[in-house]
Amino acid sequence: MDRKTARFNTRTRVMVYIVLAFVYLAGVLLWGLLMDPEAYAVDYRVKFLPPGAGHLFGTDFMGRDMLFRCVKGLSTSIVIGVIASAVSSVIALAAGVAAAVVGGKLDSFVNWCVDLCMGMPHLVLLVLISFMLGRGMKGVMFGVALTHWPELTRIVRAEVLQIRAQPYVQAAYRLGKTRMQVAREHILPHVLPVYLIGVILLFPHAIMHEASITFLGFGLSAEEPAIGVILSESMKHIATGKWWLALFPGILLLAAIMLFDVIGENLKRLLNPGSGHE
Amino acid sequence: MQLEAKKISFRYQKNSPWILKDVDLTVQAGERVALLGPSGYGKSTLAKILAGYENPVKGEVFWDGAPLPKKGFCPVQMIGQHPEKAVNPRWKMARIVNEGWQADEQTLRELGIEKAWMNRWPSELSGGELQRFCIARALGPKTKFLICDEISTMLDVITQAQIWQKVLAAAQKGGLGLLVVTHNKALAARVCERIIELPKLNRPS
Repeated sequence: MDRKTARFNTRTRVMVYIVLAFVYLAGVLLWGLLMDPEAYAVDYRVKFLPPGAGHLFGTDFMGRDMLFRCVKGLSTSIVIGVIASAVSSVIALAAGVAAAVVGGKLDSFVNWCVDLCMGMPHLVLLVLISFMLGRGMKGVMFGVALTHWPELTRIVRAEVLQIRAQPYVQAAYRLGKTRMQVAREHILPHVLPVYLIGVILLFPHAIMHEASITFLGFGLSAEEPAIGVILSESMKHIATGKWWLALFPGILLLAAIMLFDVIGENLKRLLNPGSGHE
Repeated sequence: MQLEAKKISFRYQKNSPWILKDVDLTVQAGERVALLGPSGYGKSTLAKILAGYENPVKGEVFWDGAPLPKKGFCPVQMIGQHPEKAVNPRWKMARIVNEGWQADEQTLRELGIEKAWMNRWPSELSGGELQRFCIARALGPKTKFLICDEISTMLDVITQAQIWQKVLAAAQKGGLGLLVVTHNKALAARVCERIIELPKLNRPS
């Protein structure tokens, strides 16, 4: 092992990634929320400027500044991602725990719902829900929030089922512990790491899907700055050499998603007792 | 006081064959009884039912004339075959041994549990060491009856002898009833006063 890997163990690396991701995402979010719409207003005198000193990311066919539009768009995506993954994870936790604890008919029903949602192409379901609710912010939000819970539900259910059958949990009951105590002391600490990692890994999915349905035209409307809208517009101009319209928003989106993915993967390594000491 | 099983029948699913059928069993407090039988005859299943881990499909288990309590500290405690599964891998030993009662110094010393072990994780102890903790955990003041389900099968002979000496001493001291589940006839003869053979007791057709 060379010195560099010895100095930065997984723990330090994860901390660096978390700080990086947090600064990036919080920065984009705040900048976007507090941004004056004038910053990306239409100005036909400066349309299709390539990236330069005045406009770092260039301008589009209506002369709007691409840097500001991208940041605003990504911040909208982050809001949708956070809400959607929060809602999805709560659904997943409730359904997963209920299925495992109550069992019987409820368990079959939850499994049936999970299979139903997973058996359909994810994007199709998203498009249907979003379209049904009249597209726009509301449609996207419901669509993304209501389609990301099945995988996590399955994981939570399996974890609870497995831990519930352990001899030490059975012994705890005979040693006088109540159901609540067992849930709090034995089951929750076991399920929590898996759950948290699931939520973090859900977040980039949610943003990606928000961008995808908007790109396909079933999401946010065209005048709203959103990464999906920006990317789908840029496709019209890419053949005429306006590369900056697609490149920069693409990089911004990719950076956000990859940061989250890296955090999730590293946390998984860290919280797993088998690899926690690395 | 006595542990009494009345007409216990058990099977895992409806329509699956009976594992236990109309088993009657009575053990007095302070008595040491062995439950013998070949593999797969339902010894462990009966032990689980007697300790309240499983509910019988028919019949009932009585302790001191009343049905075995479902909640609270159970007077009938069981020690199992796999100590490494009977402890939470995320807990330290001190927390594990004190889960049901505050284990006192004397009990720990008599079982040969060293102080340094208390601050370790279960994965840092051997099977024999873990088994001592499981025994200490089950020896609370409210424990009146101990079911030992093959507690020494995976240990070497020396540790096996040590563990049994300690269990017998603890049972003697507390006046506990003891039900020893095993398929080792020599061990049963050595440890117990009375031997019950499950195949004679239990005749599922």
